[in-house]
Amino acid sequence: MKGKKIFIHPETAALKPLTFNTEICDGCNMCVEVCQVDLLVPHPNKGKPPVVVYPGECWYGGCCVAICPKPGAIKLNTPLMNRVHWKEKT
Amino acid sequence: MKDNSCQCLEWPYPLLYDKVQEVTTDVLILGGGIAGCWAAIAAAKKGVRVALVEKGATIRSGAGGSGCDHWESAATNPCSRVTPEELTKAMIKAHHGYNNGISHYIECREGYDRLLDLERFGGKIRDTADEFQGAEFRDEKTKFLFAYDYENKFTLRVWGTTFKPSLAKECRRLGVKIFDRIMTTSLLSEGGKQGAKIVGATGVNGRTGEFINFQAKATVLCMSRPTRIWLFSPGLPGMSEFRPPQCTGDGHAMGWNAGVEFAMMEKSVKGEWSGVRSFPPYGTGNTHNTWYACNMVDADGREIPWVDRDGRILMDISQRYRPSPGQKLFFKGGGEPDIPTYEFQGPDILPVKELLAKGFKLPFYADLTGMPEQERKAIWGLMVGEEGKTKIPILKTYTDAGFDPEKHLIQSYGEGWRSGGFLPQERQLFGLPGGLVNDWDLSTNLKGLYAAGDQLFASNCHGHAAATGHYAGRHAADYAKEAAFSKIDSSQAEKERIRVYSLLKGAGRLGWQELNMRITRLMQHYCGEIKSEELLTTGLVLLKDIQNNEAPQISAQNPHELVRSLEVLNVLTNAEIVLNACLARKASSKPLHFRRTDYPEMEPPEWNKFVTIKLEKNEVATGKKPLDYYGSLKGNYESHNVDYLEEHRS
Repeated sequence: MKGKKIFIHPETAALKPLTFNTEICDGCNMCVEVCQVDLLVPHPNKGKPPVVVYPGECWYGGCCVAICPKPGAIKLNTPLMNRVHWKEKT
Repeated sequence: MKDNSCQCLEWPYPLLYDKVQEVTTDVLILGGGIAGCWAAIAAAKKGVRVALVEKGATIRSGAGGSGCDHWESAATNPCSRVTPEELTKAMIKAHHGYNNGISHYIECREGYDRLLDLERFGGKIRDTADEFQGAEFRDEKTKFLFAYDYENKFTLRVWGTTFKPSLAKECRRLGVKIFDRIMTTSLLSEGGKQGAKIVGATGVNGRTGEFINFQAKATVLCMSRPTRIWLFSPGLPGMSEFRPPQCTGDGHAMGWNAGVEFAMMEKSVKGEWSGVRSFPPYGTGNTHNTWYACNMVDADGREIPWVDRDGRILMDISQRYRPSPGQKLFFKGGGEPDIPTYEFQGPDILPVKELLAKGFKLPFYADLTGMPEQERKAIWGLMVGEEGKTKIPILKTYTDAGFDPEKHLIQSYGEGWRSGGFLPQERQLFGLPGGLVNDWDLSTNLKGLYAAGDQLFASNCHGHAAATGHYAGRHAADYAKEAAFSKIDSSQAEKERIRVYSLLKGAGRLGWQELNMRITRLMQHYCGEIKSEELLTTGLVLLKDIQNNEAPQISAQNPHELVRSLEVLNVLTNAEIVLNACLARKASSKPLHFRRTDYPEMEPPEWNKFVTIKLEKNEVATGKKPLDYYGSLKGNYESHNVDYLEEHRS
């Protein structure tokens, strides 16, 4: 199997856990290295935001956002079904 | 914001399927979560060579890697008003005897030592910035912040997001060789025989596919409790359970195949958390755990009363943090939340049913605005912020969306700390579940194999993982110092390598998600809330059919999918352990949440014991152990830890 090339197609998941801001992210890939589920891979073009290959496997732990040295480069998107209701106290 | 989509890309890591790396070490730690890092640190301090194998990335991996808001059972901290003996005995009693006396005594006795270590490693364990000066829950001298029982002060509020990176750093400083992104696939035994001494393990890299043979004098299993046996979402597998998706209980599965003895594997509870079925943990209004003891109001803003264990209304917020008159101590939820023990039952709001009968209207809301400022900030900002999965998903996300704890009421979606409804057959290993049987060295029944954290039976939280991890690591190191290497059985390692790579050659008909879904459906039907000989034996027959006919069709396209596929095969093995354990207990038991229609009597005295199971020559062998097999807590602990006590005295 040595030398064999394989290709991956980023999965289409029911949810999109992460959004990268391409203006801020410089592709340092610290988020790729901290993710314990390993759902990201580095972008083939250096300097670009990583690719979310396995979005359905996200645990929504937020360690990628916490470690990111560029605030605003990654956004963790709470699943719509999990949005909690709050209201002002009257 | 732009979408960063990418159509198709080349696998970004080198593919090394044909390479086998050989690693030799004195102590091998399997699993780099909280228990694993502590085991590695303790062993390395003993001067032996240590290798740590972690499926994710040690800096944040494991169930406790992203944070921790409270550290339980720190009975030896200078402010504690309970002794380790009192606290352990209360924990055992609160769980009706079905608890791990050894591991929880270690937690009570050494948990505080680990906190002090953490501070030296760079973790934050006290209010050094004086943010909570003068608070009722703060000790002004030590600057410790306490939670829940302010009288007895055995649970500390901590800044747990600082812990895991500090532990990983300390591992590196001590020269621990860290193998990140490696899934351990099997234990290797002397002569390749089940039940024999453990001499190492095999692993596969989830990025490169490289295979590794580890040879060790001592091995410490520090992996998670099993998950995804009854709960799984094929579309959102990452949100199937409470724990991270790669915490699949691999250690249980490989231990079973190696002949390790288990206890309490028949215990499962109705689901408590799942990202798919519940709201984000700690992200809804409630009165438990991270949110203890928040004010609650009903739909009309009517304040919901807090009561003591006798139903007396508590007028003062401060009383929610105190035992009842005449009560020594309390546990939040009374220990086992569904079967609270009166002796340890603490303050709470009335059950929802009673509140509705009294005219309170749904929905209920947590009202942080009505809490004293320091209590509000301790809940929202400290605990919701430091607890795992709260800093970004809750604190940051809600704050960015406009949530203000001084203005808003946040809705509650379930009773207790839950925020979702589950069917009785949707079960989970939660609240002191089953695991490996241990002795006073945290050694298993197999020579050379130790266990810690969630790997142990009746395990629970962060402090338990830390204390037992350190304890197992140093006992394994002591053993390794005296032991010689045993040869790895090359045919056993080669057989395992072939098994692992066979998944890359599957017919491509079955993805790992479909196989996991198949297992959970089967377990819901044959091992749900109601159990019987017929249901369980049919379940086992069908499970064998999956093992023989469906599992071989599983197909992985790359090293990442290979790891995911191997995990599901472990889920399959763990389901087999559970079915066998359920068959072995021929009686019903409330504390074990175990109901057999063919043996309906609850707690018949002759079954008031641990039923143990293991494989012997690939046949299931059952045994028994008295609930109090731990013997004298203090006496046994002190006779097994002479060096540690000596070192800590000086």
